[in-house]
Amino acid sequence: MRLRSLLGFGLEALFAHRLRSLLSLVGMSIGVAAVVVLTGLGEGARTYVTDQFASLGSHLLIVVPGRVETVGALPGIGGTPKDLTLEDSEALRREIPEIRRIAPIAMATEAVAHRERRRQVAVVGATPEFLEVRQLAMRRGTFLPPGELRRGSAVAVLGAETAAELFPGEDALGKVVRIGGLRVRVIGVLEPRGVQMGLNLDEVAVIPVATAMRLFNRSSLFRILVEGSSHTDLDRLSQRVIEVLTERHGDEDVTCLTQEAMLSSFSQILTALTLAVGAIGAISLAVAGIGIMNVMLVSVSERTTEVGLLRALGVSRDQIVGVFLVEATLLSILGGLVGTGLGLVGVRVLRLVYPAFPAAAPTWAIAAALATALVVGLAFGVLPARRASRLDPVTALNGR
Amino acid sequence: MIELAGIRRTFRVGDQEVRALVDIDASFEAGEYIALMGPSGSGKSTLLNILGCLDRPDAGTYRLAGREVGDLSSHELTLVRRHEIGFVFQFFHLVPRLTAARNVELPMLFAGVPRRERRRRVEAALAAVDISNRADHRPDQLSGGQRQRVAIARATVMEPRILLADEPTGNLDRDSSERVLEVLETMNAKGLTLVVVTHDPRVARRADRVLLLVDGQIAKSFRGSELPAGNLAALGLPTPPESTS
Repeated sequence: MRLRSLLGFGLEALFAHRLRSLLSLVGMSIGVAAVVVLTGLGEGARTYVTDQFASLGSHLLIVVPGRVETVGALPGIGGTPKDLTLEDSEALRREIPEIRRIAPIAMATEAVAHRERRRQVAVVGATPEFLEVRQLAMRRGTFLPPGELRRGSAVAVLGAETAAELFPGEDALGKVVRIGGLRVRVIGVLEPRGVQMGLNLDEVAVIPVATAMRLFNRSSLFRILVEGSSHTDLDRLSQRVIEVLTERHGDEDVTCLTQEAMLSSFSQILTALTLAVGAIGAISLAVAGIGIMNVMLVSVSERTTEVGLLRALGVSRDQIVGVFLVEATLLSILGGLVGTGLGLVGVRVLRLVYPAFPAAAPTWAIAAALATALVVGLAFGVLPARRASRLDPVTALNGR
Repeated sequence: MIELAGIRRTFRVGDQEVRALVDIDASFEAGEYIALMGPSGSGKSTLLNILGCLDRPDAGTYRLAGREVGDLSSHELTLVRRHEIGFVFQFFHLVPRLTAARNVELPMLFAGVPRRERRRRVEAALAAVDISNRADHRPDQLSGGQRQRVAIARATVMEPRILLADEPTGNLDRDSSERVLEVLETMNAKGLTLVVVTHDPRVARRADRVLLLVDGQIAKSFRGSELPAGNLAALGLPTPPESTS
């Protein structure tokens, strides 16, 4: 018997019970669509996060206070870490010639006000090199003036959004804003840049780092960004940074994060997340499989006399198995295809609703969902098919 | 053509043994027209199922066209049913979702006959039972007699040597019965061996030979034309209810 004949016979049987077939097909579609959409979300999350870190530039080291392992262990174990200070930053630049740029950063959330308008924004204390290290560009005016690491003049550079909100329809340049208790003059506005490393660079106020530390009444830095020259080995650079700081602090109490390390650990975590939500979706595939089995069992018991007849006509047991397996598989494959379509539409809709979130169903997930649908159809079709093939022809013909 | 020797078949019903067939010896010639008669439970259907290789005897030998059926594997029996034997049932057993033509096509579909050949033979088989004009009708659009003729077309489309019919007219009115019998007899006249289980003396009387089964044994064997009119009770048979007409 040819497969085509078997397929035709199977389709006729499914079509004879349209509603029943359609319902179990819908079950399978939902399962597959769930896998496609959920992995699309997971993959979107991964892309979203890695894109943010990728935009940092690849020669960057992030020095943070405290011993932070990227895997496991809580920070701070093994003694209280000393503060990262401006002196540390200067020492690094002095002692490590491979450093091309260095940007000590102090940060806190403060209210920025102009007349009656107030906004809570992230106030970033930085140095002129921050502009290049974070790959920012100026829309208006100039960035922080060079050569005053200690002095801290009363100037600020606003993020695009902050400027627009504080000075709607006005030019912010040259105006005076209040940050905390400090009055500073706006000398520049940044180009919109969006969210980077969890910080929305459009909603910031950048002031000289010394000014910031005075404002926050703090002597410690938030972190130090270190950019190596293009041919620098980042691992060696990070080793040197730790050596210098360990010598200064008398203990190894800082951590160097590289973009690569963060990228790969985030990527790993989020791929695991994608797999996990995909697996949750796959549970609905199993449920759909049981639905198909149920429908096939009903079909077998309804068609007992048909099975008896076919046996009398010289249809072998194996062919009977084939008849019912083909029907189950048709249901699961058709359901799988419809589900893939639905899932892809769902992902599209997500992207329309949340344009910033790059939801995209990975090809491997679609292939896996379809393959699982096929396997589920076969696996859950086996039991009903075998039951049908084992019917005694004489008893089956009598409808018992 | 068919030789049965010492055929025995026993069923277990609960803890009781029911002896459906006890030492049946019989032989049928090719092209013969045999009627199996007997009261309910006399083993007619069991014998028919054994003849059709749907059931196996517990003892005895069954030779079909020179082959010992008892030696065949269950797959070989399937092939015997496919190529040597046609079945016609009291309740037609047409597949309800399929048209008449599709129903007739079924055995060829599973036997792997190519499409064009299938179509040709479906047309011929439907023409032979004079129902070509109903080829695209589903069973629920056909009368009982038409359904049985479609079933006969299906039973003969693989060109078997033997046609086994279990009360083929049991559910039909007089006119339909007559047409169905004519179709069967025409095929028999062309050499098809015909074994019919029946309660209807009008059917049995037309057979070459009547085997009368009582309690799983062949009680009498005689020519169809010798079947006594009227007094069937003398043979141990119930007087058949008048077929619906």
